[in-house]
Amino acid sequence: MALSDLSVGAQIPEVRVTPDKYLTARYAGASGDFNPIHIDEDFARAVGLPGRILHGLWTMAQVARAQTDAAGGPEHLKRLSVQFRGMGVPEQEVIVSGTVRESADGRVTIDTVAEQDGKQIIRNAEAVLAL
Amino acid sequence: MPVNTKAVGKTYEPTLYAVGREKIKEYARAVGETNPIHLDHLAARAAGYADVVAPPMFAVVYSAPSVGPPIFDPDIELNFAMMVHGGQEFEWGPLVVAGDEIVTTASVKDISEKDGRGYYVFESVSTNQRGEQVCRGTWTNIVRGV
Repeated sequence: MALSDLSVGAQIPEVRVTPDKYLTARYAGASGDFNPIHIDEDFARAVGLPGRILHGLWTMAQVARAQTDAAGGPEHLKRLSVQFRGMGVPEQEVIVSGTVRESADGRVTIDTVAEQDGKQIIRNAEAVLAL
Repeated sequence: MPVNTKAVGKTYEPTLYAVGREKIKEYARAVGETNPIHLDHLAARAAGYADVVAPPMFAVVYSAPSVGPPIFDPDIELNFAMMVHGGQEFEWGPLVVAGDEIVTTASVKDISEKDGRGYYVFESVSTNQRGEQVCRGTWTNIVRGV
């Protein structure tokens, strides 16, 4: 996809990724976020969760990757804001999609979401790309 | 119980983060990056960068330590056990590459209450060794049952 294809109404290519069983442990190490709700099944259940949940910021990184892949590199991503809702879980596919809402003065604004099992786990997200 | 808003505007001691090549690669692999400029210093150099390039969301790694002190500040009385990460925004400047040294200063942007939930908004501003602002983060934490 070329930057010039990011016209109003265009969809960016989807990012589909299935976090494996050990992803939350690798992301905890990579990010420094060792909150046990992400890495300890027993702890997560004890605090009322279905099991270990994904780090919201890992999911946000998938949303960011969808934008930088669409734009052709990290230098184009100028802003990303997201709302976290519900929770993501390992071993189920996460799908990031996005639609160009606005394009003006070399800047493109994209409405984007991340879904898992039909539910939005990141919603009302907005990305700004500089061309 | 109303939320305590006296810390709004408070600024904390800056944190310093030295960006390492292997750390960027570890992070890039964990989030599934495939662009070689994040994974291979030779590819990054061929693309005109001094070393491997941090993916934008690597901002979490260098700036998150700065928002620990406000979260646990007794002036704020944030109930950490009931806290969820409600929202996040990053605004980026020049790209960060391995070898950079990033200084981040956090502040309390807003504290408010709505429908029994407390909204605690922290801001982090990160600059590199040349004084360029590489990232501004807005961290919205929601505390149930305030």
